[in-house]
Amino acid sequence: MINPHLIHAATIVEKMRETADIHTYRIRINDEAERRQYRFAAGQFNMVSLFGVGEVAISIVSDPDEPEYLDHTIRAVGRVTNAVARLQAGDVLGIRGPFGRGWPLDEARGHDLVIVTGGLGCAPVVGAIEYIFRRRNQYGAVKILHGVKTPEDLVFHERFERWERQPDTEVLLTSDRPGKLWRYHVGVVTELFEMVSFDPVQTVVLMCGPEIMMRVGVPILLRRGLPATSVYVSLERHMECGIGLCGHCQMGPYFVCKDGPVMRYDRIESWLGRPGV
Amino acid sequence: MSSSDHGAFPSADLQRLLDLLGAKGHRVVGPTLRDGAVVWDTIARVSDLPIGWRDHQAPARYRLEQTGTGEVFGIVHGPQSLKPFAFAPREPLLQIERTNGGLSIYPRLPKPEKIALLGARPCDVAGLAIQDQIFLRGPYRDSPYASRREGLFVIAVNCTRALPTCFCSSMKTGPRAQSGFDLALTELDDVLLIEAGSEAGKAVLTELPVSPASETLLAEASKRIGACAESQGRLQEQAALPQALYDAYDHPRWDDVAARCLACTNCTMVCPTCFCHTIEDAPTLDGQHTERTRLWDSCFTHEHGYIHGKNIRPMIKDRYRMWLTHKFAAWHDQFGMSGCVGCGRCITWCPVGIDVREELSALLASDGRSAARRSDNP
Repeated sequence: MINPHLIHAATIVEKMRETADIHTYRIRINDEAERRQYRFAAGQFNMVSLFGVGEVAISIVSDPDEPEYLDHTIRAVGRVTNAVARLQAGDVLGIRGPFGRGWPLDEARGHDLVIVTGGLGCAPVVGAIEYIFRRRNQYGAVKILHGVKTPEDLVFHERFERWERQPDTEVLLTSDRPGKLWRYHVGVVTELFEMVSFDPVQTVVLMCGPEIMMRVGVPILLRRGLPATSVYVSLERHMECGIGLCGHCQMGPYFVCKDGPVMRYDRIESWLGRPGV
Repeated sequence: MSSSDHGAFPSADLQRLLDLLGAKGHRVVGPTLRDGAVVWDTIARVSDLPIGWRDHQAPARYRLEQTGTGEVFGIVHGPQSLKPFAFAPREPLLQIERTNGGLSIYPRLPKPEKIALLGARPCDVAGLAIQDQIFLRGPYRDSPYASRREGLFVIAVNCTRALPTCFCSSMKTGPRAQSGFDLALTELDDVLLIEAGSEAGKAVLTELPVSPASETLLAEASKRIGACAESQGRLQEQAALPQALYDAYDHPRWDDVAARCLACTNCTMVCPTCFCHTIEDAPTLDGQHTERTRLWDSCFTHEHGYIHGKNIRPMIKDRYRMWLTHKFAAWHDQFGMSGCVGCGRCITWCPVGIDVREELSALLASDGRSAARRSDNP
């Protein structure tokens, strides 16, 4: 990419409802030459812009081997994402990217995976899980641990059910608070750690969610013999440029947009979950 | 350094340099007086320069004084560094047009302009080199910055007078310009020493009628520049600073400075190296065009750390800590150099007179009690 400021016009080909306020937008870059050139790695993100409104960083959740169509799962929470939520198939968005470093899915080949997510959505890790299951025989045992605050916060319900049916795969769900129809664990996500077994030498951990979950949760895993270099966390910061230049996403010595958003735990450990960083 | 690299000419002949630069197609820009402040502006005649004026700077204090001498470069610096000349405060990036069923995107580039910056201080020349590192030598070369930067011809002026706010010698950026200039001047009473620092500078110098600089003059320049360095207060050992600052994350001094800091953003606006910016899309009323502009931003604003529904750095303490730690610690990790050139502007233009040197020494004191403000313990 010569000019990282340049926007590609892209058309929404399909808008898929995940929940009332979360949709996955399948988009296709309009210009054929630009589309052919566009390649991304799992876990990278685009700056998605809406004409005249603004721009937000959104991870690409579709498969990097099929770069013609790009899926972005977007929750309507802010000015830009609320405006995006009003778009339909056929409408045009702008994208810049791809930016950042994603999940270590190449390095993790042949390993077991423990995937920990907390909170709503966790779109960045959904792309990684789908990537792994599309290449199921290249990876070992997969354990997906997902925690929500209340049962109502569980999104991607069908996905969890589909993942659960994959071979050599375990899905554990928990909610901080109980609910009438909640048939899973009640408690914080770190309690699920006690309920899974993993081989610390063979396992790579992918984690996405609140920083406090990482700060509290990762040491529990490390005490079971897992090296800190086997844990990867996906971070979230305010981003405007995507190329480590606008300054907003700094976290200690790092630019989350450029050095992350996925970072190896040992590199970011001392900054994680600290107030005001 | 031999005398043949240098020339000397009477200050009264400075107009010849201006004319020569003009003939080579440069617009000469230098310090000018406007409304009681020093601002960069076009210099057509030597008399446009603030001859016979000096600035006095101290924490939260900036005053100009007329000395009645013929001193040409008596002003050390105004609030503006060289930063706006390459990293524009307001830079149009794209023109976006809504077309039938799509968008047309047109990149915008500033018109190339040859600007000769006369009177750049060594600290600011060093600041420009830091900005070059950020905007030109990262993973992407920033085209608007590159376009503006290519047109700049830098005429540094070595410093023979330090302000109480100056600490360039601690940051090793001055008071003599080391590199990054095309020409460098040293004012010695009514004589100007001139030295070329680039091929473009040499090309100008060869056409300028100058006498060879005598050993006596060169020695006098070294003496005065050396005295200027000596007169500055020292900042602590640079090598130990990054880790010491990272280690001081929970130091009580952050609360102390946060109680004084107004988060007004002045320090970041006058800083020669701060590079934070925001991107703004402004649509026209008919909704058919949007201009995307890059604007200077500051890590002291409330919005800087905002992500949906929460602010990562809600407290002024968080923001001051981020700024200072970035300058003196994180910058080394990110760009292999300090983010501070020791120009002292953040001290002068801070409305409450927060002095980074004082904050650093307090933060590096090992226990919280000795970290109390110096002004509280006269």
